[in-house]
Amino acid sequence: MSNSHDKHHEPQPPVLTGQHTYGSLSDKVASIPLDPKHSKGWIFGFLIAFSLFGLLHMAIGWVFFKGVGVWGITNPVGWGFDIINFVWWVGIGHAGTFISAILFLVKQQWRTSINRFAEAMTLFAVACAGLFPLLHMGRPWRAWWVFPYPNTMGLWPNFHSPLIWDVFAISTYATVSALFWYVGLIPDLATMRDKATFKPVKMIYAMLSMGWRGAASHWERHQMAYLLLAGMSTPLVLSVHTVVSFDFAMSLIPGWHTTVFPPYFVAGAIFSGFAMVLTLLIPIRKFYNLKDMITDKHIDNMAKITLATGWMVFYGYIIEAFMAWYSGNQFEGFMMLNRMSGPYAPFYWALILCNGIIPQLLWFKRVRLNMLFIWLISIVVNIGMWLERFVIIVTSLHRDFVPSAWDIYTPTKWDWATFLGTIGLFLTLIFLFIRVLPMVAGFEMKELLHHRKKHQ
Amino acid sequence: MREQEKPNPVDISQLREKLQSKSGSEYWRSLEQAADTPEFKTWVQHEFPNEPELWNRGTTRRDFLQLMGSMIALAGLAGCTRQPDEKIIPYVKQPEDLVPGRPLYFATSFAQNGFARGILVESHMGRPTKIEGNPAHPDSLGAADILTQSSVLDLYDPDRSKTTTDSGMVSTWTAFAAAAGRRLELQKFKEGEGLRVLTGTVVSPTLASQLQNVLKVFPKAKWIQYSAVNRDNAREGAIRFFGQDYAARYHVSLADVILTLDSDFINAGPGSMRYARDFADRRRARGGKIISGKMNRLYAVESSPTITGTSADHRLALASFRIEGFLMALASRLGVPVKADESNFSEEEKRWLNAVAKDLKSRKGRSLIVAGDSQSPAVHALAHALNRELGNAGKTVVYTDPIEPVSQDQTAAIRVLAADLAAGKVDDLFLLGVNPVYDAPRDLNFGEKMLRAGFRAHLGLYEDETARLCQWHVAAAHYLESWGDARAFDGTVGIIQPIIHPLYEGKTPIDVAAILEGRPGVSSYQIVKDYWKSQTTAGQNWDKNLHDGVIAATAFEEKNPSPAAAPNFKPSPRPADGAGVEVNFRPDPNIGTGETANNAWLQELPKAITRVTWDNIIAVSPKTAEKFGITKKDSDQIESAGRFAHSAIIRIEFDGRSIEGPAWIVPGHAEDSVTVYLGYGRTHSGHIANGIGYDAFALRASTAANFTTGAKVSRTGKYASVASTQDHGSMEDRHLIREATADDYAHHPEFAQHLVHDPKPNETLFKPGEHLKGENQWGMSIDLNTCIGCGACTIACQSENNIPVVGKKNVLNGREMHWIRVDRYFEGSDLDAPRIVHQPVPCMQCENAPCEPVCPVGATSHSDEGLNDMVYNRCVGTRYCANNCPYKVRRFNFYNFVDDAPSLKLMRNPDVTVRTRGVMEKCTYCVQRINLARIDAKKEDRPIRDGEIVTACQQTCPTQAINFGNIKDPSSAVARDKADSLNYGILTDLGTRPRTTYLARLRNPNPELESKAAEAAQHV
Repeated sequence: MSNSHDKHHEPQPPVLTGQHTYGSLSDKVASIPLDPKHSKGWIFGFLIAFSLFGLLHMAIGWVFFKGVGVWGITNPVGWGFDIINFVWWVGIGHAGTFISAILFLVKQQWRTSINRFAEAMTLFAVACAGLFPLLHMGRPWRAWWVFPYPNTMGLWPNFHSPLIWDVFAISTYATVSALFWYVGLIPDLATMRDKATFKPVKMIYAMLSMGWRGAASHWERHQMAYLLLAGMSTPLVLSVHTVVSFDFAMSLIPGWHTTVFPPYFVAGAIFSGFAMVLTLLIPIRKFYNLKDMITDKHIDNMAKITLATGWMVFYGYIIEAFMAWYSGNQFEGFMMLNRMSGPYAPFYWALILCNGIIPQLLWFKRVRLNMLFIWLISIVVNIGMWLERFVIIVTSLHRDFVPSAWDIYTPTKWDWATFLGTIGLFLTLIFLFIRVLPMVAGFEMKELLHHRKKHQ
Repeated sequence: MREQEKPNPVDISQLREKLQSKSGSEYWRSLEQAADTPEFKTWVQHEFPNEPELWNRGTTRRDFLQLMGSMIALAGLAGCTRQPDEKIIPYVKQPEDLVPGRPLYFATSFAQNGFARGILVESHMGRPTKIEGNPAHPDSLGAADILTQSSVLDLYDPDRSKTTTDSGMVSTWTAFAAAAGRRLELQKFKEGEGLRVLTGTVVSPTLASQLQNVLKVFPKAKWIQYSAVNRDNAREGAIRFFGQDYAARYHVSLADVILTLDSDFINAGPGSMRYARDFADRRRARGGKIISGKMNRLYAVESSPTITGTSADHRLALASFRIEGFLMALASRLGVPVKADESNFSEEEKRWLNAVAKDLKSRKGRSLIVAGDSQSPAVHALAHALNRELGNAGKTVVYTDPIEPVSQDQTAAIRVLAADLAAGKVDDLFLLGVNPVYDAPRDLNFGEKMLRAGFRAHLGLYEDETARLCQWHVAAAHYLESWGDARAFDGTVGIIQPIIHPLYEGKTPIDVAAILEGRPGVSSYQIVKDYWKSQTTAGQNWDKNLHDGVIAATAFEEKNPSPAAAPNFKPSPRPADGAGVEVNFRPDPNIGTGETANNAWLQELPKAITRVTWDNIIAVSPKTAEKFGITKKDSDQIESAGRFAHSAIIRIEFDGRSIEGPAWIVPGHAEDSVTVYLGYGRTHSGHIANGIGYDAFALRASTAANFTTGAKVSRTGKYASVASTQDHGSMEDRHLIREATADDYAHHPEFAQHLVHDPKPNETLFKPGEHLKGENQWGMSIDLNTCIGCGACTIACQSENNIPVVGKKNVLNGREMHWIRVDRYFEGSDLDAPRIVHQPVPCMQCENAPCEPVCPVGATSHSDEGLNDMVYNRCVGTRYCANNCPYKVRRFNFYNFVDDAPSLKLMRNPDVTVRTRGVMEKCTYCVQRINLARIDAKKEDRPIRDGEIVTACQQTCPTQAINFGNIKDPSSAVARDKADSLNYGILTDLGTRPRTTYLARLRNPNPELESKAAEAAQHV
């Protein structure tokens, strides 16, 4: 990065290293999908992912066949793994758009080598998340009733319900993210078309690249479309998880009914999204030897964002506890004490450890640049964010207002099968993605190279 | 190929011998018949060849060929069988009373352990669907308890025995009658010396007269009555005091001070419904006053907490064997000439004794002492003496002849029967509606001895443990299919009339007794009708008696017996000190002694005190549990582990027999004492009952039927999961139940409002409830002051609203479906002597219902009459509404919980939708009943009258604790309740504006005993 503003600062580590030319960049980016041979590692990983995906089919089949009773949900705890996983996946699905859209708008050039991958990850995470609203329904064959479609009975969904807002928020987000991702892919798809030698592959890339010829008019329109989509995506990044947080904040359950939820959820989403990007990118960049494109600088920057959003989330935890005491509300106070010392206390303290304490290691540059450490921390954060949703949903519901109704929630093997199954779906899609599409935005890297050359 | 087995040819020479050995003229139809081969037996005994057992058996090739052969042979015969007439002609003229869609109500009686509870049966197009109390009946007054109401499920139980069987093979009633007739012919020669008839407690005058006739025909025969829970002690106590048996009946409404001794008299046993009503009527309060003028005061001394104990103002936990000593001490204070040893009473217990004695003395003639049937004869004799001494006899307690036509010492009788059986004196044993193999004292070893009788015939609803060991089993008719009669606790006769034609080939004890009397073929209808026509003048008016369900003026006249010259207060033998643990045998609060064990409603109804379902537990006090080595870790698990509630399994050994069951900590249980509940551990009942719980009968001996001391208890190291619907007993300072003493109430009638400082309602431009424009605004009030926590409302609701049962596994998962639950909380600071309170919780029908805005599809919405409606058709099952319900009254169909057994379909209330999987449901204030009344009112062009709509829970409540109606009409009962100072809503600070509100609970403690209790009340 050699922006003129940076002149007075100490030189920044580069975001593109190595002796690259336009050609070598293209070759490198395109070589992974176009390699006719599957590497052993890829096959191995894909098989694991695909078997978990198979597990998902089984889990879904069983839930549809028997009913949601196969899960551990009970009477006071009407939502369990279904909604925990939903919120977790939606959260993960925030990093991509954040990186692509917001960092694009604020002209953070280091985003270019990771945005494609992060966006793909977003889409896949949203796909996983999108399953759960359907699966969690008692009568999933009636799921289409949540959409506002004209009908002879004049029946509409209940627009008061945060679940309906969810339907709109998630479907809008999924649509815009998919478009944004695809528009960004087009020039690279054309490169793939040009590089592919095997005819059928060439034809597929040709169709997907929609006649891109790299004309200046194409570029002009493409840049404009990309900018507009970035502009549209930006508020969505903030709104989606705000709306998801409304599922809880709009209720009256102590532990849910909290005004801090929207910002706290958004921060948590970006936190977990970046953690997931780190979890996936660190091994991939090593495996595909992409260290010159995804440099230590990238990892460092992402770690810093993780640390910052981690503190926002941690602030949320502190405010929740403070308000429980400060409000003087009997139910809030009990809820907080129950979280800290009730049957699920280990989960709460594990959450504080994972999301509050361990990420503090990221203050140290040596940690941020130690790939093993940072990879482990990113996994801890993923677990922590899952625990956060568990704590919010389960501990709030299992002991709310009337003590006679209190009960314990324990997930069953089908809960775990569904959860692991969606991880399988996610990884399967990731594996397919890195095998068939350029995971680094080649044309944007070339732009970087162009800038570098210009300033040299 | 294997060598082919030779066919079994008829052995001519053997056959000839056999025919010669027979006496008299015998007809034989074929050589096969004469040879009496097993093949022929099956052939002739099966009127219906499609006997399922043949198919279930593993079939060998040989069997297969035999079967094929017999099928070909029988295929021709089947066409000859005369099919029963079945009329399927639609009405040409509609019967006058029958309007499709409108139920009819018929009066009949439900006999509970023999004693009648008058009921009205709701019948839809000929199908009984629901049971309600008969207002004209003295032991119902319109209410019905859990057993009575759930009996309708037994009628449709798919596990019921459906036909007569002979040695396990399908047979017919005619064949049975013929077989029994032949045996009776033989008995005639011996004057019935080898004939025994075993029945439960018979309170049916007709059946008793029939059986007495039998004894006339067979003078040396014996009729034995045995019920596992009986009034042997009460009978013996009366004989000790009066010299003969009298039945005590209580005028609870006249008593200011009541002392009960191990008696659950307002919840179980004959008269309990009436006693509960009378008890509650003395406690009802409105407008700062007790309506009856003065609130009664109830002292309960008991070993294991019961409904009566939890309703008491003072409750003392005392091991069963110590209660006699307690009463001796009390009697000596009140002038009965007995010597009491008070050395083993604690100071607290002595304080209790003095206070109770003083209180009783101050209310002479207006006090009452009630002894429980499980207590010793001495306790009963002392209770009679005390009631007499206090001037209560003839006032609060009256005496009549025993209600049973023939009162027997049942334990002694069955002991003699067992001895006779063992001695081979019994040839023919008729068992009518009893299951002694399971429920007779186990030391008698009845099952084994019974096999000595050559002819054993059993009549029962199920092919149970006893039926299995009998040659003949006759399927009994359910009482809703039967003619019969029974007396209530006061002697009032109720006629039992069938509401439906027998679903199977059921017969009644009256039918069997007719065979014994030597008049087979006379219908039970004729027998009952003839009996009553011959008895009283009131009996003449048959149609009126059927219509009313009771025969007027048949209550027994009150007697004024004088005590025997030297009443016998001889104490029962006392156990030696440190002689081990006391074991109390109690009928299960829901399924009694096992006769209703296959009733899923009763199994799933949480037991009033423990909230346990689908199991019997061993109740122990916290301290005693510690002594047994049930550590804090165990109890933590029990307290908070919810669905994985692990209960330590303990072994109780006594007299060489032992049982193992899960220990359940019951605060308020007596120390060094455990209570085991009878009725579980069934092996041959049905799908519901078989294999659940432990068999407490295994420990019960004829010498110690109610409690025994000296048992040894040990941990087994094993755990069981017990499905309890309420794991948390503390109210956590949430003021869900508000309570004060009667004195405080008199000085401060608004205490319920002032107990909690609700925040000011939110500022709003809207007038609360202004969107509710309906002409009627429905509301409900529940009077916690009179609610005793019996659970009748839950069963009424289940029956009315087609609520499914979910089974133990799902209850463990917290998925029970009851729309109205009865919460139980422990109160006070003393873990060993808590106060136990109950609170029924239906849907609150909040005006600002939190469940409504969150539903994504608008499946739950508000009616303009203030109902929080649930549209099952529209529900997609997101469960958000249930999450957002602060009262947690919404119930979700996690699976398809509906049992689709064909017979159960007949039972469903056609006015209420049967819900499918994935749908949310909850209390609707019985909207179907509201709509019915609305239609009537519209037709007559008038407003709906107050009291015209009665919800199912309200209708059945024995203490009339529930009021329902239009809160907009200030003169309605419910509006008056809501205006009362006792009225409060729960969790109103959430702004939900609940339409269901509560009337606060009042207690009437004795100030002398209150100091400690008052301290505890601070912690409420």
